[in-house]
This record gives sequence, structure tokens and C-alpha cells, in this order.
Amino acid sequence: MQDVAIVGVGCTPVGEPWDKSLREIAVDSTWNALDDAGTDEVDGLVVGNMSSGNFIDQESLGSLIADYGGLGNISAFKVEGACGSAGAAFKAGVMAVASGYHDVVCVTGVEKMTDVVGNSATKILANACDREYEAIHGVTFVGLNAMIMKRYMHDYKVTREQISTFPVNSHKNGVKNPNAMFRREISLDTVLNSPMVADPLTVMDCAPICDGAASVILTTRERAREFTDTPVFIKGCSVKVDTIGVHDRATVTSMAATKAAAKDAFAQAKMEPKDIQTAELHDAFSIMGVIGLEDLGFVAAGKGAKFAADGEIAIGGKLPCCTMGGLKARGHPVGATGVYQIVELAKNIRGDGVIDVENGIAQNIGGTGSTVSVAILGRDD
Amino acid sequence: MPSSVPRHWRENIKRYRLLGTKCVSCGTIHYPRRTVCPSCKAREMEEYQFKGSGKIYSYTIIRSPPEGYEFCKPYAAALIELEEGEIITAQLTDCNFDDLEIGLPVESVIRRMFAYGESGIIVYGYKFRPILPRM
Repeated sequence: MQDVAIVGVGCTPVGEPWDKSLREIAVDSTWNALDDAGTDEVDGLVVGNMSSGNFIDQESLGSLIADYGGLGNISAFKVEGACGSAGAAFKAGVMAVASGYHDVVCVTGVEKMTDVVGNSATKILANACDREYEAIHGVTFVGLNAMIMKRYMHDYKVTREQISTFPVNSHKNGVKNPNAMFRREISLDTVLNSPMVADPLTVMDCAPICDGAASVILTTRERAREFTDTPVFIKGCSVKVDTIGVHDRATVTSMAATKAAAKDAFAQAKMEPKDIQTAELHDAFSIMGVIGLEDLGFVAAGKGAKFAADGEIAIGGKLPCCTMGGLKARGHPVGATGVYQIVELAKNIRGDGVIDVENGIAQNIGGTGSTVSVAILGRDD
Repeated sequence: MPSSVPRHWRENIKRYRLLGTKCVSCGTIHYPRRTVCPSCKAREMEEYQFKGSGKIYSYTIIRSPPEGYEFCKPYAAALIELEEGEIITAQLTDCNFDDLEIGLPVESVIRRMFAYGESGIIVYGYKFRPILPRM
């Protein structure tokens, strides 16, 4: 197996670009990454996307994006794992290069969510959980996360105030990111007093519905320097699954898939949580960020909210998290998010991000923890 | 939302009666029913009838419902820990939101879940309510 490096990154601004279609943002982001790598050729394209068939009545994204991107008769297909689609696509791209099947691969995550109206998007997002035994009861995706949070608060005697420091941190970090959807700070009071979506989650605890595309160019260690002086290496990369339904888990307050993927990725990287300098967590809902800190091994179970409330996730804290706004402020175009995380992490590591670090970890969650990818990136040894 | 009769017809009896499965090999019970036991990988199952009572494991109030469920908003949804130990997802009904709490005993009832528009099929299934006093 060969070492794999990121030699180009690109993305589109996250938001509601009503004048742009899915193919346009996907092609923009793909070429941003190709330009960044200084090349116009790839032999593989892996697309991360959750639900183009439902959002815009379009499938066959491998062909669509390769076609409109002018990439020719290359290998191209889509990988799906709900909101974790892009993390899964990233792993597929890493495997393609590591195995020697392809030399240069582009991974593009894309989602166009704003062509449908609010309650249609809510229904489509609920396809991430078990349609027959969860969603059919009218339980929304936010609702499932709300029940996880309610139980977490009950079991660990943690307050909403502590958990909801996550969106405050993400918004603060989003200010500096030109590609973030929300570039303004919010206060804890704003989060707590916003309209309730599903108790105890308010609208400001939840990542927005939005559009976006992000891309990375992957190649072998051997060829990396042809493209860049600052390649970022994939030290560990893992995708694991758990039950589709929250109700079938031994516990709802931690994610077995995150723990398994983290264990795998840390073993590949020959690293431990204490070695990690920054984390891009899947803070689609405040509680997910808190549980992510715990499942990745940074703090003990039940201690994540206090760690966040103490300021340790801020830039300058022990473990800066969601440094470019996270899902809450950068935005969460579901099937693109995992690649946005990789783009932001790679920038921080190679020197054109917002913090100076040698390594970092990204966690991308699909469903309520049904599909979780964990990637550890770092500079050359 | 496209209306599909077989999609609901094939689940109806299990949904109305809370019918699950029990692994013949290791005795683990499942709801929803399964064809492979996640505990021991055995594939021989027998039908298992759940009693339909339990307690709230966690809950929420859905204020922003998905397409098709607007008619009953806001509504409570819960993870129900059944008497047999399985946890399932369901709506709560016939309740005051302020009375809800983790641990509250509940029982299953049959209710309308949603309809495919004015002229489409109506899908029924279980919801749970706080246990009513018995005579």
C-alpha cells in the first residue's frame, strides 16, 4: 500500500446560490482544486453526495460532473453515506490511490439542498435514518438528535448552557472564513433563546440547510512533489458503521461507529488523541460536537460539554475545534461536508489556514452515527 | 410523496400488533423484526409478540415537522423502552407535553400516522400514551 497525499484543495462558498446548479458548484470546486494542484488531469473522480435524486431529481453524478468538468472518459462514481457521504467518498479516493489503481484522484463532495422548500428538505434529511421504523413516525433528523441530547443531559447531569457553547465557538471561527455561510458571532443567549426546533435543540443549535461543493486532489507520496511543495499526508483514514436506528444501540449517548473508526485511524497513524493538535468535528447539532470529543478519546464520557464550556475548543485552547466555522457556521451541505472538513484541515496543516498545526483529525457523521468516517492528516514525517 | 400500497400493506400486521422476532438460537428478541440475529448471526427466527407497554427512554417535541406530518404539529416523539427491554421509536399521543419525563410509563395504541394527501391511502400504526387508570 502506498502513502497518499493531498496536493490540491478547493471549494465554493457555502450558502444559497440560487443562480447556480449542482453541476456548476461541483465543477467550480473540482477546478479550484485542480488549479490549486496545478494540473488539469485526473484519472479518477469520486463524488460524495447524499441525496441528489431527492433534492434535484438527478442521479449519475459521476458522469454529470466529469462530463461538465471536461474530464473525459475517466473512472467516476458517487459514494453515499447520508451526511457522511463525503467522508466515505474521501476514503474511497484514498483507497484508489493507496492500492495503486489510480495515480491522481479528485474527491468532490457536493449537495444542492435549496432547490426544495423547508419541509421537503426536512423529509429528505430524515432519509438518513430508518425510514420504516424511525422517520415514518414523523420523527425528524433534528428530533432524533434532540432525544440523544435529552438523554445525555439526563445521564450526565449536564446543562443546555454547557452544550450550546459549541455553536458559539463555531460562529466565532466562521467570521474569518470567506467561504462560511454565517460570518458573524452569536452569544450563548442567542442560542438558548432562539425558536425551538425539537426540544431541547433550538434553531441556533442546528446546522443550516445550504448548498456547497468541496474537492481535494489525491496522489501518491512518490508523485506529490510534482504538484506542490506542501503536500499533506493521510496518516489514518477509516469508515465504520453502526445500527441504522438509534433505538437499536446499547447506548444513545455515544457513537460506537466513531469509536471504531477512531481506533482504526489512530492505529494506522500510530498516534494517540494527545498527539492531535486540532479537530474538525461534525457539529451538525451542538450535542454531536460534545459527543464527538468524547468518542474520539479527547475527554472522558460526560466531560465533553465542560471541556467546551471551559474554552478548550477555542482557537488558543487545548484542542481548537471547527476552526473555520464547523457545520454550524461554515454550513452543512450534507454530502459535501466531509470534504470541506478535509480542505480546512489540510489548509491549517500546509500553512494557508487560520491556525498553524502539524496535524489534525476530522470526523464526519452520517445519520445519527450510522456511518462515521475519521481521518487523521499531517505533514510529512 | 408517492403513494405506495404494498410498502405499507406488507408491514401492517407487524405495525398494528407490535410483532417482532426471537432468535431461535440465542433467544435475543428484536423489534423491528430481523432475518439475521445481530447477536449471534443465526438466521432462524420465530415470531415474538411484544406486550406494548414500556416507559419513556428519551423524548422531544417536534415543532418543525417533515412534509406530510404538518396536520398534527407540534407533537411529541420518544424512544420507548419496552417492558421486554427493546427500545423503539414512536410518537406520543393523548398527553400534555409538560407531564412528559424520562421514565414515564406508557402503553401502545393504534392511531393514524399520516395520509398520502386528500385521496391517498391512510397509514395507521402504533403511538404511545401515558398509561390510563384501569377499572
